[in-house]
Amino acid sequence: MIEFILNGHPVTSLAKANARLLDVLRAEFSLTGVKCGCKEGECGACSVILDGRLVNSCMVAMGHIAGSTIMTIEGYRETERFAALDKAYAAVSAVQCGFCIPGMILASECILAKNPNPAEAEIREGISGNLCRCTGYNAIVQAIQSAAKEGQGLW
Amino acid sequence: MEKISKSAKKKDHEAKVSGQALYVDDHVMDNMLYGRLLHSTKAKARITDIILPALPEGYLVVDKNDVPGVNRVAIIVHDTPVYAEDTVEYIGEPILMVVGPDFKEVERILHEVVVVYEEQVPVLDMRKSDTAFFKYNYAKGDIDTALAEADRVFIETFQTGYQEQAYLETQGLIAYPHAGRMTVRGSMQCPYYVHGAVAQALGCEGKAVQIIQDVTGGGFGGKEAFPSMLACQTAVAAKKANKPVKVIFDRREDMEFTSKRHPSICTYKVAIKNGEITGMDIEVLFNSGAYTTLSAVVLQRGLICANGVYRVDNLRVAGRAVKTNTVPCGAYRGFGAPQTFFAVEMAMAHIAKELGMDSLELKEKYIVKQGDVTSTSGKYHFHVPLPEMIQRIDELTDYRTKRKLYQNQTGRYRKGIGMSLFYHGCGFTGSGERDIIKAVAKIRKNADDTVEVLTSNADIGQGLKTTFCKIVADTLGISYDQVFIDNPDTDRVPDSGPTVASRSLMTVGGLLRRAAEKLKKEWRPGEEQVIEEHFVEPDFVIPFNLEEFRGDAYPTYSWSVNAIEVEVDTLTATTEILGAWGIFDVGVPVDMNIILGQMQGGFLQGIGYASMEQMDYNDKGRIRNNSFSDYIIPTAVDVPNLVTEILNNPYTHGPYGAKGAGELPLVGAAPAYLEAMENALGTNLNKVPFTQEDAMSILQEANKR
Repeated sequence: MIEFILNGHPVTSLAKANARLLDVLRAEFSLTGVKCGCKEGECGACSVILDGRLVNSCMVAMGHIAGSTIMTIEGYRETERFAALDKAYAAVSAVQCGFCIPGMILASECILAKNPNPAEAEIREGISGNLCRCTGYNAIVQAIQSAAKEGQGLW
Repeated sequence: MEKISKSAKKKDHEAKVSGQALYVDDHVMDNMLYGRLLHSTKAKARITDIILPALPEGYLVVDKNDVPGVNRVAIIVHDTPVYAEDTVEYIGEPILMVVGPDFKEVERILHEVVVVYEEQVPVLDMRKSDTAFFKYNYAKGDIDTALAEADRVFIETFQTGYQEQAYLETQGLIAYPHAGRMTVRGSMQCPYYVHGAVAQALGCEGKAVQIIQDVTGGGFGGKEAFPSMLACQTAVAAKKANKPVKVIFDRREDMEFTSKRHPSICTYKVAIKNGEITGMDIEVLFNSGAYTTLSAVVLQRGLICANGVYRVDNLRVAGRAVKTNTVPCGAYRGFGAPQTFFAVEMAMAHIAKELGMDSLELKEKYIVKQGDVTSTSGKYHFHVPLPEMIQRIDELTDYRTKRKLYQNQTGRYRKGIGMSLFYHGCGFTGSGERDIIKAVAKIRKNADDTVEVLTSNADIGQGLKTTFCKIVADTLGISYDQVFIDNPDTDRVPDSGPTVASRSLMTVGGLLRRAAEKLKKEWRPGEEQVIEEHFVEPDFVIPFNLEEFRGDAYPTYSWSVNAIEVEVDTLTATTEILGAWGIFDVGVPVDMNIILGQMQGGFLQGIGYASMEQMDYNDKGRIRNNSFSDYIIPTAVDVPNLVTEILNNPYTHGPYGAKGAGELPLVGAAPAYLEAMENALGTNLNKVPFTQEDAMSILQEANKR
């Protein structure tokens, strides 16, 4: 049994220690906002926040997370910070196919949590582990810039 | 900016941004089984035996013998088997599917299946293939005389490689039998293509099949024909199991075994007399792979634009799409055009050098204008805005000055800039829209005065849900929130054609505009009303004859000019893209944010195609670049300075003046990038992708000299 904090609630998983966090979140906890794009740690679609850091959940073994805190899009979407990002992404229509977006939103959070006023280069670096094939990234970068500006005090 | 262009909040924004949108892999049904395909490991072989392990209860194997209807996938030519028969023609060809309740167990069983192959010699190199699936020739003027009378004939061969769509969501479908019918749902662009294919494979009537598109994580052409094949395989499995079956490709399987952009070899012979281009004789070769899929139409499009945006009075174009024992190629954004536009733009650049001119100066002499004759003796009916686009790019980049400045550089870091001029023909090639697709679109007004859009076109990220609803709401003069649209379900929507060819907004959006105009006139508050509209070809179109390649291949064209500036580190051969600029005419944008998103995303895919997306097969015919570690696509840090602008050039026959948009931005990136690399490296180049390794070998050669 592996105990950890998931989206603010203590939970227990019956998964084996070598199970992928990605698979457990999707199958055992029905958190389908966590997307599987490659299962090799290359695309970032399965990004979650583990103890404040952005990680690819396909690269994390369950044995590693005992006692940790995990935030997925399902938990994050309840926050005020999400509301600011949601609004900013909507204003520039930064969401196309949407498959990378849950991971992209969590990457945005990690960028702003580290620096509430990031330079464009920091934003691009911060989302460089999250592949998006649709947008060319410009709209996503603009959205994060505008969330930083409009969401003063949230981060 | 026109009123309609003002951006609306996207209809699918909320569900996607919050992670609530359900893609096919997010659906779990009761008693659902998981399927996984066994792919051929040989490029060409006869299957002499298949030895199956003992199957635990609840597990089954599905193959050609289980196909109740025709063991062929209905695409254009019905040559692709649903499951392989006695032979396999490429590495990856589906032989059978293992199906069962536990995915890990399915995988274990799959690994224990032994296929006994009698290997044959595969044909891998397209130049060595003697099987031409499709062959077309067309000509105008007198190219033989032009070549005979030329002062000199420029001859060069250009090559392009594979490109993988690399949508973030891999291919995936669920099939489930119920009440004597079969439903297939999942990731796709063309529900009615899948519908026809499944009915044929199951040997049942169309009404016994239902296809539903789920939220789809990108397509770019990769989900045009391929889902028809996977749907047949999955539906056959679901029928045999009499339970729902889900098949989701893993990334390596998807990259290695699904259709991609056709590699090409194009040879240009250009007649030059008194410093003028007097004719072009062009040979185009596309690698189809093992089956025909969409190669006929991909080749047609490639041939039609083989002379680029230039007036060439004496023209001969000959093209072949040949069979090899490699993965079948198919649709990918641009659909044959990126290959020949690359070749013609590089040919023009190299001819200019031979004539001692800058390439732009040469190109400007031959740019077509409104009223000119097209390659296929049709007509450019509308304004061609290339001159003002060139001027705008020059303002943005100081292009002409930089071109001169960057000649003959020395030192470690060297800069270069290049430009491409191109179009994309809007909609289906030729008379396909009129003769084959015959699109139908509907709108339904409910008793509560909300209006539903009913079309078979799939929002795969390009924003169709939003733009369709905007057209209907604005035409009716009602609120955008009063109009809604669901994912297409063939039980509910008419066949308004596939989501391809930059046609959905221009063609189906046009039908919706007409339907809404009619509804507005007949509007009866509180009553249910349904309006249906059918495609009518615009009357100005000169009918296209495919046998002769004559007439208007497209009603209109979207236009663009791209410029790319690079800096090459000659020590490490790394290239930094200093800027990428694109000016695009897609008619009137029905939503500015959406159009800019399309232009930026497509342009970056094109830069990937030009610079880093390398994929090839080895001497056994196996593609090794089958993961995001080995097949590199652009990230957010690769092209930070990517600038796109829209030139408003209304199309009189499109809804609100809109025309085709989705494919255009990918088409011209490769020649602009390569011309920039030539400018920096001081040498002629003729292939894409042009990677860091390619730059290194050029620099090493230069050092030897």
